[in-house]
Amino acid sequence: MSKGHNPSTATRRPDRAALFIAAVLAAIAGLIFWDVSRLSGAAGYSQVGPTTVPYAIACCLAGLAVWTVFAAFRNDFPERERQEISPVIWIVAGLAAQMLLLNVAGFSIATGILFAFTARGFGKRKLWFSLPVGIALCFAVWVIFAKLLQLSLPAGPLEHLFF
Amino acid sequence: MATFDFLLQGLWVAAQPMNLLYALIGVTLGTAVGVLPGIGPALTVALLLPVTYQLDPAGSLIMFAGIYYGGMYGGSTTSILLNTPGESASIVTALEGNKMARAGRGGPALATAAIGSFVAGLIATLGLAFIAPYIVKLALVFGPREYFALMVLAFVTVSSAFGDSTLRGLTALFVGLALSVVGIDQLTGQARLSFGVPELLDGIEVTTLAVAMFAIGETLFIAAQGAKGPDKVEAVRGSIWMSKLDWARSWKPWLRGTFIGFPIGAMPAGGAEIGTFLSYAAEKRLTKHPEEFGNGAIEGVAGPEAANNASAAGTLVPLLTLGLPTTATAAIMLAGFQQYGLQPGPLLFATNPQLVWGLIASLLIANFMLLVLNLPLIGLWVKLLTIPKPWLYAGILLFATLGTIGANPSVYELGMLLAFGLLGYAMRVFGYPIAPVVVGLILGPLAEQQLRRALAISQGDVSVLFTSPIAAVLLVVAAAALIIPLILRARGRGEVLSQLAANED
Repeated sequence: MSKGHNPSTATRRPDRAALFIAAVLAAIAGLIFWDVSRLSGAAGYSQVGPTTVPYAIACCLAGLAVWTVFAAFRNDFPERERQEISPVIWIVAGLAAQMLLLNVAGFSIATGILFAFTARGFGKRKLWFSLPVGIALCFAVWVIFAKLLQLSLPAGPLEHLFF
Repeated sequence: MATFDFLLQGLWVAAQPMNLLYALIGVTLGTAVGVLPGIGPALTVALLLPVTYQLDPAGSLIMFAGIYYGGMYGGSTTSILLNTPGESASIVTALEGNKMARAGRGGPALATAAIGSFVAGLIATLGLAFIAPYIVKLALVFGPREYFALMVLAFVTVSSAFGDSTLRGLTALFVGLALSVVGIDQLTGQARLSFGVPELLDGIEVTTLAVAMFAIGETLFIAAQGAKGPDKVEAVRGSIWMSKLDWARSWKPWLRGTFIGFPIGAMPAGGAEIGTFLSYAAEKRLTKHPEEFGNGAIEGVAGPEAANNASAAGTLVPLLTLGLPTTATAAIMLAGFQQYGLQPGPLLFATNPQLVWGLIASLLIANFMLLVLNLPLIGLWVKLLTIPKPWLYAGILLFATLGTIGANPSVYELGMLLAFGLLGYAMRVFGYPIAPVVVGLILGPLAEQQLRRALAISQGDVSVLFTSPIAAVLLVVAAAALIIPLILRARGRGEVLSQLAANED
C-alpha cells in the first residue's frame, strides 16, 4: 500500500477509473437522499430523527465524490498493477455456484465445487482430481461442524446417504 | 485492592476445567489459522467466530481470548519464516526476523518472539486489569456528547490519520457508515435503505462484511496477481533455544517494547501499528550492535514483537471499558460480544463482572498456554506454512463460507458475501484501506445513537456538542488528527505516515 504517487506522468489524462469511483460515490449519496426523503419526518421537537444522520453521511459522500474527481484529474491515485482476470472469474464462478447449489446439492457438493474452482483459479487445472478431493474434504468438514458442533449446515443427497 | 479480588475471581472462573479446555482449543486454532500466510489477526478472529456459536457466553469469550492471542502469535511465526510483506501486523518482525532465519538463526528468532510476546502479554494484560476500573469510573461521567466525540476521534484515527491518503481513508470510512444505516432505525423503528427487501431489515452483519472483505477480497487480489513464483519458507536449522547472549540482548527490548506498545494500543488512536515501528526505531538507536540492524539483529525482533502484543492487549482497554473498537480485530470481537446481546462498556463491568474478569483472566492463561505450546510445536507450524497456495486459498474460502452459512444458511447471505468480496477486491486494487469500512459499520449505529441522544437532550441545539470541555478537547484532537496528516502529505512528507499504516489488524 505504499506505492507512492505519480504526480507528473507524461500524459496527464484524468484517471478514468477514479472518475468512475467518484460517480459511484455520488450515486450512493443520491440513493441515500432518495430513500431517506420518503421517510416521514418523525423528527419531533428536537429536529433530529431517523433522517438526520443518513443525510449527513450522504452529504459527506457527495463531498468525497467531488474530492475524488479532483484527485482523478491530478492523477493522485497510486499506480495499479496489472490484474489477471481469469483467476478472478474462476473464483467468482465458484462462489456463485456454491450460492446457487447450496440448498439443492447440500453443503459438501456445493462447497466442493467452490474448493475446486478456487484451486483452478490458482493454477491447479486438474478438476477431475481437485473436485473429488474438495467434496471429500467438505464432507469431513460437514461431519465435524454439523454433527459434532451442531452448526446448521444444509444437507443434500450426499449427506443423506450417510446420515 | 478490589481489582486484585476481581482478578482472582476471574482466574477462578477461567480455571474451571471446561474453560481451560476452551482456552486451549482457542489458542491452538488461533495459532494454526494465524500461521497461514495471508491471514492476519482480524481474519483469524472472523473465521473462527462460528466455532464459538454453540458455547455459552463465558466459554465463547474465553475461547475468543485464546484465538486472539494465538492469532497474534501465529502471524509473527509467518513473518519470520516466510518473508511476506503483505502481513502488516508484524511487518517489522519480518525485517529482522526473516534475515535471522536466513542466517540459520530462525530458532532464536522464534524463541525471542515467543518469549517477548509472553512477557508483553503478561504485563499488558495486568495493565489492562489495573487500568480498566479507573477508565470505567471515568466513563461514568461521560454523557452522550462525550461518547460521540470519542467515536469521532476513533473514526478519524482509524481512517485518515495514517495510511497514504486522507481521501481514500475517509471514503472507506463513509462506505462503512453508509452500510451501517441499512436496516431498522434503533430509535424510531423505521426501515432505512432496505428497499423493501426483508433480509435487509436486520442490517448488514459485521462478520459477513469482515470475512468477505478480508478473506474473499484478499483471495481474489492474490489470484489476480498471477503466478509470481513460490515464496521460500526458511527451514529452522540448529537449536531453537536462545544462548545466554541472546537472553542478555533480548530482555530489555521486551520491556521497552511493552511500555511503548501498551499505551499506544490503549489510546483510542491505537488503530495503526505505530507501536512496533517506534519500538524498532528505539532499539535501532539504543543498540550496541548497529551494524547488525538490517541483517538480523535479535533486538529488532524482540522489541517490535513485544510492542505488537502489548498494543494488541492495549486495544482491549477501550473495547472493554468504553465499547470502542479501534482496530478491525477489535470490531469483530465487538460483534462477538453482540451475538450474545452483550454491549462492552462500563455497564458490563457492573452487571456481568464474572464474565469480564473471566475474560481478562483467561487472557493471562492463554498467554501461558502459548508459551508452553508454541516452541515445541514449531515443526507443525512450519508444515502449515508449506501448504501450496491453491489448496491454501481454496481452504480459506471453504472456511470463510462455512462461517457465513453456519451463522445464517441462506442464499442471500452468500450473495452478500460475494458482493462485499468483490468490493474488497476493488478497494485493494485502487489502494483503499479495508479496516475503516469494518469499524464504520459497527461503530456507525452507536455513534448515531449517541449523537441523537445528545441532540434530543439539547432540543436540537448543535452547539451542545462543543460546550462540554471533555467533548471539546476530544473533537479538537480529532480535527488535528485529520488536518495535520493532510498538511504533511501535501508537503510530500507522507511517506512516514503510509509506512505506519496497518491494512489489517
